[in-house]
Amino acid sequence: MSEHIVSVKANVAVWLALLVLTGVTTGIAFVDLGPLNTIVALVIATCKALLVVLIFMHVKYASDKLVKVVVIAAVFFLMLLLGLSLADYSTRLL
Amino acid sequence: MPDSPIAVAHHNPELRHHFADMEQQRDASSLGMWLFLATEIMFFGGMFCAYLIYRLWYFPEFAAASNSLDITLGTANTAVLICSSLTVVLAVRAAQLGKRRAQVVYLALTLVLGLAFLGVKGMEWTSKFKEHHIPGPSFHFEGSVPGHPGQAVDQQHAQIFFSLYFAMTGMHALHMIIGVGIFSYLLYYAWKGRYTPEYHTPLENSGLYWHFVDIVWIYLFPLLYLIDRKK
Amino acid sequence: MATAAITLERENYLNQEYGIKSWLLTVDHKRIALLYLLSITFFFFIGGFFALLIRLELLTPAGDLVQADTYNKLFTMHGQVMVFFFLIPSIPAVLGNFLVPLMIGAKDLAFPRINLLSWYLYIIAGVLMLHCMLTGGVDTGWTFYTPFSTAFSNSKVIEAGLAIFISGFSSILTGLNFVVTIHRMRAPGMTWSRLPLFIWAHYATSIIQLLGTPVIAVTLVLVVLERALHLGIFDPTRGGDPLLFQHLFWFYSHPAVYIMILPAMGVVTEIVPCFSRKRIFGYNFVAMSSIGIAVLGFLVWAHHMFVAGISLYAALIFSALSYLVAIPSAIKVFNWTATMYKGSITFSTPMLYAFGFIGLFTMGGLTGLFLAALGIDVHVTDTYFVIAHFHYIMVGGAVMGYLGGMHFWWPKISGRMYPEALGRLAALIVFLGFNLTFFPQFILGYLGMPRRYWQYPPEFQVLNVLSTAGSTILAVGYLLPMVYFLWSMRYGKIAPANPWGASGLEWKTTSPPPTFNFEQPPVVDWEAYDYENTAAPQEARFAG
Repeated sequence: MSEHIVSVKANVAVWLALLVLTGVTTGIAFVDLGPLNTIVALVIATCKALLVVLIFMHVKYASDKLVKVVVIAAVFFLMLLLGLSLADYSTRLL
Repeated sequence: MPDSPIAVAHHNPELRHHFADMEQQRDASSLGMWLFLATEIMFFGGMFCAYLIYRLWYFPEFAAASNSLDITLGTANTAVLICSSLTVVLAVRAAQLGKRRAQVVYLALTLVLGLAFLGVKGMEWTSKFKEHHIPGPSFHFEGSVPGHPGQAVDQQHAQIFFSLYFAMTGMHALHMIIGVGIFSYLLYYAWKGRYTPEYHTPLENSGLYWHFVDIVWIYLFPLLYLIDRKK
Repeated sequence: MATAAITLERENYLNQEYGIKSWLLTVDHKRIALLYLLSITFFFFIGGFFALLIRLELLTPAGDLVQADTYNKLFTMHGQVMVFFFLIPSIPAVLGNFLVPLMIGAKDLAFPRINLLSWYLYIIAGVLMLHCMLTGGVDTGWTFYTPFSTAFSNSKVIEAGLAIFISGFSSILTGLNFVVTIHRMRAPGMTWSRLPLFIWAHYATSIIQLLGTPVIAVTLVLVVLERALHLGIFDPTRGGDPLLFQHLFWFYSHPAVYIMILPAMGVVTEIVPCFSRKRIFGYNFVAMSSIGIAVLGFLVWAHHMFVAGISLYAALIFSALSYLVAIPSAIKVFNWTATMYKGSITFSTPMLYAFGFIGLFTMGGLTGLFLAALGIDVHVTDTYFVIAHFHYIMVGGAVMGYLGGMHFWWPKISGRMYPEALGRLAALIVFLGFNLTFFPQFILGYLGMPRRYWQYPPEFQVLNVLSTAGSTILAVGYLLPMVYFLWSMRYGKIAPANPWGASGLEWKTTSPPPTFNFEQPPVVDWEAYDYENTAAPQEARFAG
């Protein structure tokens, strides 16, 4: 049974990174970046999500690629829903 | 390739008969949980789609409504969930290393943190109720658009924000409650010594579920609480 | 393996245990398949009953059989029952459940208890839907469009919505089970390129079930909340957008039609090589086209909304994408045809259904392209042209695929042969009845008769009468197999392991199979559709 066991150090490092990024998200919300505020918030959220998925949820250490395919597929189809709906909403004349 | 699991003298009692061995069982269970999480991504995704459209349409009201949410409680709750993800990871790790007591401690901590999150949520919702921000006949939003103190807020558009706020945080809270139920069950069986280095699949898979619910909140928090806070 | 003597019946999944508890608490995928068979047949007849009432009303131009509100309920419940409680489960839950483990050489699906849970969720949903229908029903159309469904309808929208929500979970769990089983439980030597194309079709179907169904689930949650709490998310008088509902609804409901057709295509792909005594032409193309349909099917949903108020640019994009999705379907039709070319054809009952499928599905599919063209769609959308189009695919395609599959695998499932002459007769009656019912509807739609109308101008009557006449013939065609399948369980000829001389692991075990499917776990070292090396059946296949 070859199961990769992540060290306590690595887990704690990820945890600290997540807390720091949370603080950054909240703090930077009070800085006026114009439309970039939303983008920065989403980018930070995605970094946090990636940390959780890759390390806490072990996807980085998965032996076969199937799990990565499943996650990417779900995100891809969600983007389809959002993106193609936007194709309608962003081009309406009203 | 074994003929029949019954013939094998020393198979793990947790092995189900239609699987060839524990590894196949574990791989199948894990893939099953990941596929379920994929369905959850699409489930929450539908609400994120509705949110996206209305944020584009009604940005001023969304910003005003967002500013009325308690940013301290929101940030604190985010931290609580992040800590609970750590305790989950450490609980699984303890099972991998055969440490029963550590498992129990970390699972109990996870439960406490999960309940704390729900408690804070309850507090937030109660204050929303007091401010008449719950959609329905008594809805009334008293804020103004950030940066435009004179500009009144369209009540209908503000109500849409709060409809989505309660739908999304409500659905998230429901998933948390289910998670608390699952982890209570796991706590009991961990205490009874059921999870070992050879068999801790329920712990692992439930951990995946918990992390997923955490990730949903990681996106909900900035999208709901941090719209146009700079003013 | 000698055929069993009458007194000594070999132990199989049917006789291994008796009693209602052994059925209601079973985790054997084959028994669960039969539980589903009973339930979906029941709902098929409920949906069919509503259809007959609709056709009765439409015999005359005046609305004289039922009131307008009642007519709204009839077509709504016909659609909901047929889509959610018959078509979507049908082939996957009956034939898929039964055959997927057998075809890949496994003892059962990956999660047998979740399989049983899936059936119970279906039953709970079905009971809720029945209760809804008996206590007033729904009148919104199966499409639940807002704000009528959320703010104006006086019918039981919440109950119906909840029933469909629960049935969605049943669908998701079936898909989840199939994907994990196909990935993790194939027998040694059963590589992806040796899998029967029935498996590829169900794999593609399962992907759609997993990724699409959750979206309609959350949409129904929002509809229920909106209706109960008057939220306004989909109500234009409260700041909402009714088109948002339509986007979310069709994001699932369009791929749902591929959930309904892909398994039938998988069935046809098993039948055609067997009764042509030839390996399938273009295995890789057929496999990849199944995946292609599953993926592309998610890109076209707004073609249901061309005249609803989406932007012209979005309409153009979705129109172009809709043309694309026809390509993999066409590839399959070419491959089936090429398989039959220079094959040794037998016109058995399953093969008759397969022929019917290929012809009728092609017509339905081509008329879909008419609808994908914006200029034509403006004129024929929401007319009987659309109704004819989708019934050609759902009934002429999916139901015929289902019946063909039931006949093909009936010996394996029951251990008995059905009477071949009656089988062929019923297939012909179905084909004739179907065409008489639905071809006139293309013409009616083209001439402008709107759908969901309970009365119509008198000049449309002749075509409507033809359609109603056809529906009674179709009903007879559907009743016949019910009768002779039941008859065969007692009086049918005992089936050998492989009555058709077909390839595939399921034919290498007994009819019916033992509970754990195979006496010895199989090891595969031959390619799929190995008809060069598979003997044609020696004994007469068509006795009885």
